[in-house]
Amino acid sequence: MAASISERDERSPAVFATGPVERRKAFVDRLVQVALAVIVLLVVLPLVAILAHLLIKAWPALTWSFLVKNPTNYMTAGGVWSALVGTIYLVLFSLAIATPIGVLAGIYLHEYAGDNWATRIVNLAVMSLAGVPSIVHALFGVGAFVLFAHMGRSVLAASCTLAVMTLPVLITSTREALSAVPRTFREACWNMGASRWQTIRTIVLPNSISGILTGIILQVSRTAGETAPILFTGAVVFVAIPDTGLRSFFPYGIWDRCMALSYHLFILKTQVSGVPESFEYGTAVVLFGLVLSVNLISIALRVYLRSRKKW
Amino acid sequence: MGATRRSSRISEDLIEWAIRLCGWSAIFFVFSILFFVFREAAPAFTSGLSLREFFTSVNWRPDSTIKKQFGIVALLAGTVSVTVLSMAIAVPSGLGAAIFVSEYCSGKVREALKIVIELLAAIPSVVWGFIGAVVMNPIITDITGAPVGINVLNGGLILALMSVPIIMSVGEDAFRAVPDTYREAAVALGASRWQIVYKVLLPAAKSGLLAAVLLGVGRAVGETMAVLMATGHAVAIPHSVLDPARTLTATIAAELGETVEGGLHYRVLFAIGCLLMLITLAVNLTADLVVKGIRGREHL
Repeated sequence: MAASISERDERSPAVFATGPVERRKAFVDRLVQVALAVIVLLVVLPLVAILAHLLIKAWPALTWSFLVKNPTNYMTAGGVWSALVGTIYLVLFSLAIATPIGVLAGIYLHEYAGDNWATRIVNLAVMSLAGVPSIVHALFGVGAFVLFAHMGRSVLAASCTLAVMTLPVLITSTREALSAVPRTFREACWNMGASRWQTIRTIVLPNSISGILTGIILQVSRTAGETAPILFTGAVVFVAIPDTGLRSFFPYGIWDRCMALSYHLFILKTQVSGVPESFEYGTAVVLFGLVLSVNLISIALRVYLRSRKKW
Repeated sequence: MGATRRSSRISEDLIEWAIRLCGWSAIFFVFSILFFVFREAAPAFTSGLSLREFFTSVNWRPDSTIKKQFGIVALLAGTVSVTVLSMAIAVPSGLGAAIFVSEYCSGKVREALKIVIELLAAIPSVVWGFIGAVVMNPIITDITGAPVGINVLNGGLILALMSVPIIMSVGEDAFRAVPDTYREAAVALGASRWQIVYKVLLPAAKSGLLAAVLLGVGRAVGETMAVLMATGHAVAIPHSVLDPARTLTATIAAELGETVEGGLHYRVLFAIGCLLMLITLAVNLTADLVVKGIRGREHL
């Protein structure tokens, strides 16, 4: 009896010590963690390296006059102003078309649609629309807006094409923003005798407007970067526009074709010879600088809003 | 009083109808895309092009003066090879990054990583194409000794970097949709973090992960500008990753501008657009069916 007790005493520390199985388990766990961290680094590092490379190569061209001067001498000198203005045009027009439809559709899906097959089909359509390749949007733009609607290749046709492409993401982001408003807010409002639309207008929208805006800002950056949808619907290689004065800010009419930063970069790289290297890089940096800064604004806005959420 | 109430009732009805119409607009747009692209494409098959040639011929000779040929096999091979290569790289790294961010990181590190990945997703495809053409091109020729660096490998790498963010963010959602009670149960049984991921989370999230992969495939198949600039212009079936190739999307982008409106070449390019639309619709709808399980749970 006494012997068996002392035997157990000797053994008891070993019960809690790490055996080979546990050591192997911990080792594998550690190994996997390191491997995953390496994978993440392999994804993130190229981004940093590439962006740094682009910046360094573009540095000689990156001056204020590069931004505000028009391309001259067969696009081998000057700047990117006319392309930049074109991109701003396309972004503003396409968002002006897509935002009302997208926001109302988001409101429909979150506030009105019941949980039935019709809603399911709408959701499927939104998802399918989001998955349509950009070049197919371009073909649709040619078939529907340029030819069928007789818009010709124009700012308007290109903006409509971009608007259809932006729509599904706007719908989704609006829906997300609305779902952040607690249901109790709506119930309280309904109990006061307000109708569904009154509730949306006075309670839901004011409480989610910042989230909806974040989604719209994000679309600015996506639209600015798109190339394929405007290839055949309104982008043009070169337009001579005034260098100074008020006209340089409003160079394009909605029936004109326009230049765009993304298309300009594509053309500089593939179609024009004799372009200084720093000009190509400079155009790329201006484009992704524009896109990244808009993105960062949207992210900063989101973080700020989350930090001061009232509920 | 009565009049204002009636007018406000009417305006409210109007607004609610506008909301309904906009809500259904997505359905309208999907069908009108199908309709308008098909409308431009259909006459091709009634005026000379046989479906058999379209789907089985390797020869793509739209400008030939002797005999114009419109076989898309080589273009399909280009799309498939670039997509497969990019997915072989992007799926493991995207899902690995998703596991790392959702299970191994917390707090500030997770937020920072998610922001970086979001920025990676924001870089426009034409900038990716530019990177492929001017940055990757010389690197690839230096390392592999290939005569041109604009080839399947280049396009695959660029597409992989472009697809990682979408695979990662959808994959992370799938992991987050697994209830914490599963993790707690596994911890209580003495599982290590990797055992939790491998034995519990992967099986529980597999439909969401499959959806993530499918969405990545959809993105890779549909990507245009990056592959146009990074994969080259050779219309031939690539035999190795160092051969240049041309994808379905890049062919449309490169050739539509030079065609005569209403000509056979023009119509065939729209037919390719139809095919692309159907492929991506199929991939996306499959992804949705697969993910339906998770969605159902989220609604509760």
